[in-house]
This record gives sequence, structure tokens and C-alpha cells, in this order.
Amino acid sequence: MKAKRIVLAVAATLGLSTGLAQAQISDSVVRVGVLTDMGGAYSDLSGAGSVIAAKMAVEDFQAREKPGFAIEVVSADHQNKGDISSNKAREWFDRDKVDVVTDLVTTSTALAVMKVAKEKNRIALVNGAASTRITNEDCNDVTVHWTYDTYALANGTAKAVVKQGGKSWYFLTADYAFGHSLEKDASDVVIANGGKVLGAVRHPFPGTDFSSFLLKAQASGAQVIGLANAGTDTTNSIKQAAEFGITPKQSLAGLLMFITDIHSLGLKNTQTMYLTEGFYWDLNDETRAWSKRFFERAKKMPTMVQAGQYSSIAHYLKAVKATGSDDTQKVMAWMKKTPVNDFFAKNGTIRDDGRMVHDTYLLQVKKPEESKYPWDYYHVRQTIPAAEAFQPLALSKCSLVKK
Amino acid sequence: MEIFGVPLPALMGQLMLGLVSGSFYAILSLGLAVIFGMLNIINFAHGALYMMGAFFAWMALTYLGIGYWWSLVLVPAVVGVVGIVIERTMLQWLYKLDHLYGLLLTFGLALIIEGLFRSEYGVSGLPYTIPDELTGALDLGFMFLPKYRLWVIAISLFVCFATWFVIEKTQLGAYLRAATENPKLTQAFGINVPLMVMLTYGFGVALAGFAGVLAAPIFQVSPLMGSNLIIAVFAVVVIGGMGSILGSIVTGLGLGIIEGLTKVFYAEASSTVVFIIMAIVLLIRPAGLFGKEK
Repeated sequence: MKAKRIVLAVAATLGLSTGLAQAQISDSVVRVGVLTDMGGAYSDLSGAGSVIAAKMAVEDFQAREKPGFAIEVVSADHQNKGDISSNKAREWFDRDKVDVVTDLVTTSTALAVMKVAKEKNRIALVNGAASTRITNEDCNDVTVHWTYDTYALANGTAKAVVKQGGKSWYFLTADYAFGHSLEKDASDVVIANGGKVLGAVRHPFPGTDFSSFLLKAQASGAQVIGLANAGTDTTNSIKQAAEFGITPKQSLAGLLMFITDIHSLGLKNTQTMYLTEGFYWDLNDETRAWSKRFFERAKKMPTMVQAGQYSSIAHYLKAVKATGSDDTQKVMAWMKKTPVNDFFAKNGTIRDDGRMVHDTYLLQVKKPEESKYPWDYYHVRQTIPAAEAFQPLALSKCSLVKK
Repeated sequence: MEIFGVPLPALMGQLMLGLVSGSFYAILSLGLAVIFGMLNIINFAHGALYMMGAFFAWMALTYLGIGYWWSLVLVPAVVGVVGIVIERTMLQWLYKLDHLYGLLLTFGLALIIEGLFRSEYGVSGLPYTIPDELTGALDLGFMFLPKYRLWVIAISLFVCFATWFVIEKTQLGAYLRAATENPKLTQAFGINVPLMVMLTYGFGVALAGFAGVLAAPIFQVSPLMGSNLIIAVFAVVVIGGMGSILGSIVTGLGLGIIEGLTKVFYAEASSTVVFIIMAIVLLIRPAGLFGKEK
């Protein structure tokens, strides 16, 4: 009898405590917003695939953790425009009670939404955007920059290419915040490793015909043409460089390339190029298992952005469960103190500037004859350890970093 | 030798490339001008049909094994048929209404066509290689010009001037012009005006499909390729004078060259320069350089 009463009491307390936990989650639903490019230049590398990754993260979490709260995923198209993004984020935070906004491909949209998130005290998980401004000049305490950034890419690719003997560089740069950021970060790495930068040409975004810019790059006589652009701009640049006989005399370095770009150009046009990514589906059994599940739903292998989506949302949901709250400060504190361990990152940590640091990979595109099965595109040439992959905190311009 | 600090060979090279993009402007704006001149329809679906041309070329190669040269003939015909279906089922009811209705309808069509291709093929684009006969490049002394680009200039000029000749200098062209000027009277002379109008739209659209096939080997075949280009092409038509055949050809080529020069001296402005010129032309000659004031 006594035992039964104790059990009851324990059960009641448990019930009460879960009840309390529920009460701390505003309207007892956690809403994850995926704000992405659904139809523009970046929709293949993020877009619908990012929404699928978010849904997978939520479904897996619900199946494994059986949380006492409901989770919803909402998504919207920001058309790569800052103003549309900030309006949508405002609407989500104010009216739809969205707790966290994710993906945010294109730097301008990420910067716009980060400001709104700070103002409304909600969380932004940036996976798509690349600029280091997110964790430097424009950093704030409600944002985590998860997957990659221009520093990590430039650091990996530019260093490798300079070490291979590509000492003189000329940049083909997309004329907006992201392109400038990528060019600057890559230039710094080239110079630091004993190379020199001969010049740069800035092209309007988005462009179609890059031949004029490529001819300028050719005339510069540089050994390496650094492509500080992304998406269809990069693929068209590579295709036209081959057409004009620029490659293989001068080599190209794609500073921001995704597996979808390689897939679209084919190995013949891209073979032996170096690139850096935060994730590759074919790294190990764990990444393969997850990616195959993703493939079944998306009909293509995930990009690093989409894998990062899953990882960041899973980490966020764990934080909500562990703290029993969707309070921004509590959740952020938990996320920062708990290491990230999943198929995407091993012992990843979130620093004070909001940068999630994890291993990145220096990859080289396979020759057509080396590719054995669909989507078998890369040799992993080097795993760049987390400590070296990202900008050191000592160089950070973020006001949150204590020096 | 240098001009404004740019070596002459580099400048010549850029002019040549300007001529290549001018060829695309010319052939696309020509299609628009034919359609507007004859049908009074502002065909916003032109970019989408250009994209469709490139995609059909890719599909012909991938699914049917039909190569570039046959595509160059067959694809414009297929795109033309698509155009004829659009004209018969939708556009023909709009001729008597304000231009705006045609513009809205074709704009909607463009969004639908683009959306269909986007959801099926994504935006990263598909590869289409240059035909074997035209790979390689010529060393012009001042530059290394891929043979394919030279081919683009030659064939576009040929098609443009052939079109101009047919419309301005032949019996058929005379009927066409009469049919736009005064459809009722022309019909009274026993000429089948609706048939002519239908074929004209089909032809204008086929030109877009043709440009699409020409573009496939040098640009990635992507659902966005049309919308990236079409606004500039509209500016070309406005500068040339709405509906002026010769105007669209000459301004197309001219603006390609001006754009090329802008890329040499101030690359950042190269996508804007066409619109600056458009604004200036509209202020000075509202009907366009070759248009007639009504």
C-alpha cells in the first residue's frame, strides 16, 4: 500500500514537472521556420531540400525523444531578398509564434533576419549564408552560424591550391556582400601563404555571360582564377572558361561550390578541381546512412547546407527538451555549452561569436573514370580539424568576444 | 597601343564578345518586334520560350539522341507549334483589348512554363556540349575566339537579315504588313488574315526557340536562363522602337557592343548600362531610335 502511494506520488510529481515544462513552452508548440530560396539561383543547394531536412530532423526527434510538446515546421520563399526576409521573419515571430528561423541562404537575407531575431528575442540558425560578417561585425547572441563560412572555404581551398604551386591569383567576384567577403578572405589566405593577388573583376549578380570577365582574368596572366561567386554564376564561369581554352592553362579554384554544382556540370568539366565543404555524403557509414534516407525523399544527395539544417535543428530541439523551455536565452546557453555530436559534426562547439566550429573537408573532384557509382564525386584529400578550419577567435571583430 | 589604359588587343577581344551577346539580343528582340509589330502583343513569354528551346535541345539529345544540327532545325519548329497553340487557344481573344491584357497573359504563361521546368529539373542547370564540328578556337591575333561563338554571330546575322528581307521586301511581307495595318480590308482582298497572324506568332516564337538552341552549348541549360535575359531584351526593343524590325536588329547588336565595352571599363555597371541608355533614349526620342511617332 505504502509502495503504491510512493509510486503515485512520484508519478504525480513527474506529471507535474512535465506539466511545468510544457507550461514553459509558449503555446506548447515549438515552431521551426525554414526561410529559404525556393525557386532562385540557390534553390538546388537549399530550397525544398532544406525543408525536407528540417522535417526529417523533427520526425527523428519525435520518434526518438518522445517530447512532451508538439513541433511544427513552416517554410517560406525569401527570393534571396533582404526586405522580403525581414518582413517574413517579423510576421512569423509576431503573428505565427515561430521560435527559430533556419536556413537563410544568401548573406543579405541572413543579415536582415538576424537583426529581426535580435529585436524579437528569437533564434536564427544560419546554414545557407556564407559571409563571415555573420559572426564578426554583425554578430549577435541569438544567432548561430552552423555549416560553413567564407573563411572556412577560402582557408581550405586557397591554402591547398597555393601549396600545390598556384602562387598568383586573380578573382572573379560576384558584386555583393558575399562575393566581396569571399574574395577578401581568400586573398588574405593567398597572401599569408606566400602567394600574390594580381587583381579582381566584379561581375553583376546574377550574370549569364562571363566570357568578358574571364578574358580579363586570362590577360592578367595569373596561374589561378579564384571564383568568388556561387550557384549558376560559378557553373557558367567554369563552362565558359573551358570553352575559351582558359583551363587547363590557368586553373580555376571554386571558392564556394556545392555537390549540386558538380552534379550539374559533370565530372568532365570539373575534374581535379579543389573545393572545401563542411560535409560530404560519402564520408563514412553514418553520413551515408543519413544521406540515403535524404535521397529517398529528395531524389538527390544532400548538400552541406541541407545536412547542416538537420544537424542544427536537431541540436535546437534537444536544447528545448533539456531545458524544458523555448526561452531564447536558456536554449542558447544550453546549445553553447553542449557539444554537437551527430553524423554532421563530431564534438562541434558553438563559440561566443555564434560560430559552430567543426571539421571541414578539402575535396578534389574525381576524374570521370574514377567515379564508381552515382554521386561518387570527390576524393577527400584532407580533414581540416575544427580548430584550424574557422577564423580564430583572436581575429574576431565580434563585440561578444571577450578579449 | 592603348586606349584609355586598355591594350588594343584586349579591347578588340571584348568588342568581339559584345558582338556575340549582341547577336542573342538581336535575335530575341527581333522575335519580340515581329510579334509586337504584327499582333500588338507584348510577348512576355519570350524568355520562357527561349529557355524552352534550350531545354528541348537538351531533351532531344538526352532522350532521343538527336544532335545539335538537327535540333537547330527541329526545336524552333516545335517551339513554334507551342506558340501556335498558345495563339489559337488564348492570345487570339486579346487582340482587340489593351496591350496590358496580352502582357499579363504572357507574363503568367512565362511563370507557369518556368515553374514547370524548375520543379522538374531544378535550377542548377544541365550540361549541353558544343558540337564536335565547332569545338576548338581560332587565334585571331588579338584573342582566342571559340569557333562556336563565331558561328553564333554568323548564323544570327543571317537569320536576322533574312527575316528583315522577308517582311520588308517580299510579297508575303507586304501581305503581312497590310494585315496589321488594316485587317478588314486585307481580308476583303481574299487574304486569310487570322492564318497569317497565327503563323507570324509561331515564327516569332520559333526565333526564341532558335536562340535557345544556340545558347544551350555556352550557357548552362537552366530554367532561369530566360528570365535573366528577357528584361534586357525588352529594353533593347524599347530603345530600337517597339515593332521596328531593323531597329531591333541594329540596337541588339549595338547594345551588345556597348555592354561589352562597359565590362572593360567598369564591369559593375555592365548589367545596368542598357537601362541607362533606355532612359536617355526615351527622354529624347520616346518612340525609340527607329520607331515612328504615331
